[in-house]
Amino acid sequence: MTTSSVAATQPAARLRLPSLETFAAWLLAIIWIFPLLYALWAAFHPPAFMVRFELFAPLTLDNFANAWAQAPFARYYLNTFLLVSGVVAAQFVVCTLAGFAFARFPIPGKDILFMLVLIQLFVFPEVLIVENYRIASGLGLVNTITGIGLPYVASAFGIFLLRQTFKTIPRELEDAARIEGCSWTAVLLKVYVPLAKPTYLAYGLVSISHHWNNFLWPLVVTNSVESRPLTVGLGIFSAPETGVNWATVSAATLLSIAPLLVAFLLFQRQFVQSFLRAGIR
Amino acid sequence: MQLYGALLLLPAAVLLATFAYLPTVATLINSLFVPGFRGQPAEFVGLENYALLINDATFWKVARNNLVYALGTIPASIVLALCMALFVNGRLPGRGLVRMAYFTPTILPMIAAANIWMFFYAPQIGLFNKLLGALGFSGINWLGDPGVALGSVIVMSVWKEAGFFMIFYLAALQGIAPELKEASDLEGTSRWSFFWRVTFPLLMPTTLFVLINALINAVRVVDHLFILTKGGPNNATNLLLYYVYENAFSFFDRTYAATITVVILLVLAVVATLKFAILDRRTHYQ
Repeated sequence: MTTSSVAATQPAARLRLPSLETFAAWLLAIIWIFPLLYALWAAFHPPAFMVRFELFAPLTLDNFANAWAQAPFARYYLNTFLLVSGVVAAQFVVCTLAGFAFARFPIPGKDILFMLVLIQLFVFPEVLIVENYRIASGLGLVNTITGIGLPYVASAFGIFLLRQTFKTIPRELEDAARIEGCSWTAVLLKVYVPLAKPTYLAYGLVSISHHWNNFLWPLVVTNSVESRPLTVGLGIFSAPETGVNWATVSAATLLSIAPLLVAFLLFQRQFVQSFLRAGIR
Repeated sequence: MQLYGALLLLPAAVLLATFAYLPTVATLINSLFVPGFRGQPAEFVGLENYALLINDATFWKVARNNLVYALGTIPASIVLALCMALFVNGRLPGRGLVRMAYFTPTILPMIAAANIWMFFYAPQIGLFNKLLGALGFSGINWLGDPGVALGSVIVMSVWKEAGFFMIFYLAALQGIAPELKEASDLEGTSRWSFFWRVTFPLLMPTTLFVLINALINAVRVVDHLFILTKGGPNNATNLLLYYVYENAFSFFDRTYAATITVVILLVLAVVATLKFAILDRRTHYQ
C-alpha cells in the first residue's frame, strides 16, 4: 500500500516549486561561499573598484603582479612545498614504525605508553611555543624548515590511525609471509604498508592541508625569507600597518591558497573522505 | 621481539619526549621560578607567578574573552553544522555544489580567511558598512569597537569551522538505518518529532566528538587574531594562547608566558579527561 502511494506522489513532488528547505540550504551555501567569491572578484579588478562595487568592472592581472613583486612568493612556495613534503614523508616513516610496534609487538607497559602518546592529541606543539622555541634554538633549528616540521613528526594522530589499520589486517597474512621466510621488515613493507594504503592517503591529505595552513609555530620559529612558509609570508605581507592595498592583498591571499584550493576542487571527494576517515576512525 | 618492538618505538619516543613531554615539564618548572638578573641563576619563587596571574586584570579579561569565544563559536558552529548536514543529506537540487560551498572554508588557512574577512569588517570601505550605509544606517567599527570586536572574530570563526563539523554529522546521518525512517513514516510521525526522538539522540556520539574538537580549537587556534585585531582594542579580543605569545615574544617575559601556558594545559587536561571518560568508553583505544 505504502509503495504505491509513494510512487503516486513522486511525479507531483518533482513539479513542486523549491521547498523552504531547499531555499534555506541554498541561501546558506551562497552566504558561505560568498567571502571567497568576493576575494576572487577583488583580486581580478583594479583597486579603484574596491570602494564602488561593479560586477562587470574591467578585469586585470596587475594585482597578482604587484603581490608577486612586493613579496618573495616564489620562495614561500618552495619553503611550503619542502615543509609539507618533508613533514608528511617523515610522519609516514615514524608513525608506521610506532603504529606497527603498538599493533603487533609485545612491549612491557604498552597500554601506558600508548596513553602517553595520545596525550599529544591535546598538547600540541603550538600550545608549548615558549618551551619548544627554547628547545628548537638549543638544537640550532630556529629559522630552518626542519625546525618548523620536526615537532609534528611523531604525530600521535598518525600513530593512532596506523595502529588501528594494522590491527584490522588478518594475522594469517602475516603468518603466511613468515612461513615464506620474510623478515619483520619485509612483512611490514610487503604486507602491512600496502594494505594500509587508504589510511596513508587519508592521513596524507589531512596532514598536507594542516601543514600548508599552519601559522603560529612557523611564525615563532622562523625569522627570515629563507625559511618562512606561505602562511607566515602572507601574514606579514597583509598586516594592516604595511599599507598594502586591498586588491593586492586579495591577490596575495589567492596566490597562497590557490594550489590547495585547486587540489581540493579537483579531488573534493577524496578530501572530504580523508577528513572523515581521519576524524571518525 | 620485545627489543625489536622497543626499537620501532624509539624515533617516535625521542621526538615526543623532545617536543611534548620535556617542554610540558619545563613549562611547569619555569612557572615556579623567576629568571636570574644578569647571569644570576634563576630563583625559586614557588607560586608567586601564579599570584601575579591572579592579580593581573588583563589575564582575567583574556580568560573571560576565551570563555565568551568558546560559548560564542561552539554552539553556533555545531548547530549550523547539523543544519548543513541535514540539508545535504536530503534530496536537494545541486547537492554537490551546496556541500562544496559549506566545506570550502575548512580548506583555507585561517590567515587567508582572516584576510578575506578584513574586507568585510574594514570601517570605511568594508562591505558590511557599505551595506549598512545603503540601508541608511551609520557604520560600525567592527574590529575597533571593544564591544563588537570579539563578536566579529567569533562570526568569522563560526564561518571557518561549521563546514568541518558538517562532514562528521553527514557521515553519522548516512549511518542511520533507513528502516527507522520507514517505520516512523508508517506510524505517521512528523519530521520534527522524528528528528528529536530518533535522529538527534543517534547523533549524540558525533555531537560529543565535535564538541571536544571545538573545545580544543577554542583554546588552540588564534591565527586570525594576528590579522584581524592583534588582541585589541584594549585586549577586547585577546585570547589565552595569544596572550602567551605576546608575553613570550613581544614583552619577552618567558616566565609569565609559562605560567599562562600552565593554565591552558589545565584546560586541555580537563578536555582530555572529558574525552577519555565519556567519548571513548566504547573501547576505542583497546
